[in-house]
Amino acid sequence: METMTVLQWVLDGTLVLALLWLAWRALSTPDLFTAIVLFIAFGLMMALAWVRLQAPDIALAEAAIGAGLTGALLLAALARSNDLADSINDDHTVDTERE
Amino acid sequence: MNIADRRWLSLAFRWLLRLLLLLLAGGLAYAVLSLPDQAVGLTNRVAANLETSGVSNPVTAVLLNFRGYDTLLEMAVLLVALLGVWSLGIAVVPCRVDPEPVLSMLVGGLVPMMILMAGYLLWVGADAPGGAFQAGSVLAASGILLLLSCKRLPVRLPVWPLRLVLILGLATFVTVGAALLPVNGFFLQYPPGLAGALILFIEAAATLSIGVTLAALFLGGRPGPDA
Repeated sequence: METMTVLQWVLDGTLVLALLWLAWRALSTPDLFTAIVLFIAFGLMMALAWVRLQAPDIALAEAAIGAGLTGALLLAALARSNDLADSINDDHTVDTERE
Repeated sequence: MNIADRRWLSLAFRWLLRLLLLLLAGGLAYAVLSLPDQAVGLTNRVAANLETSGVSNPVTAVLLNFRGYDTLLEMAVLLVALLGVWSLGIAVVPCRVDPEPVLSMLVGGLVPMMILMAGYLLWVGADAPGGAFQAGSVLAASGILLLLSCKRLPVRLPVWPLRLVLILGLATFVTVGAALLPVNGFFLQYPPGLAGALILFIEAAATLSIGVTLAALFLGGRPGPDA
């Protein structure tokens, strides 16, 4: 029983540290794509944390919505904003060529 | 304003930000530390009334029965979010002309499994973790996979079935709630005998709506005339 408790403490401690580290990296990294991937990893870790807190309902929702769908939405938004930036740059080059 | 002034201002602003963050952290720490050790909350009241709710999973009982109003408003929020996205313009479907064979095969295998999974999550929500939102998001994920892999249905549908499915969940919720109004005088108060069936009915409609709404959010715009 004693070893189980120690094991659980180690598991929970690792989970907390990983969550804090992932959150900090996701916020501080300058590359948006990396930040999104870190955010998805954070969501999956958070789902594990909810399981450890005995809230499987929230864990399911976190994994499906928090990590999966939000990640997909963020990636789509990033791709679209890159497209937008590209098209604006193209417009500029066209304008300068015209001048 | 010269450069030294500006630098001084930005430094002052940073320290002000740090001070505010410290205050926030202190407030949060105080709030957490002042929580009672053993909070009973509403657990006992939910457990006592679980039998009248029609389901045996306490989370579903709270979400769909005791606090059904909150869930109703959540679905309305989702719909309003989609309206906001649609007002941005016509969607550009991200579609490569020729999807890779690996992606094609994976989608062919995964999507039927995911639809089955969504149905299971919906059904099991009555007495184990699961429910409309989880099932809906799995459904949405399969929809996004389909969008990304350029699979199209062989038939071309007009836009109105999509809109119908989008409002189906909310409409069912409101209709059931309002239909029960003359029975016992309260909005969304299910009679105990019928509660289980009504919750399943509402959740099924909600699952479809949530799935389609989330997948449509991914498109990032109103579906065009040829979508």
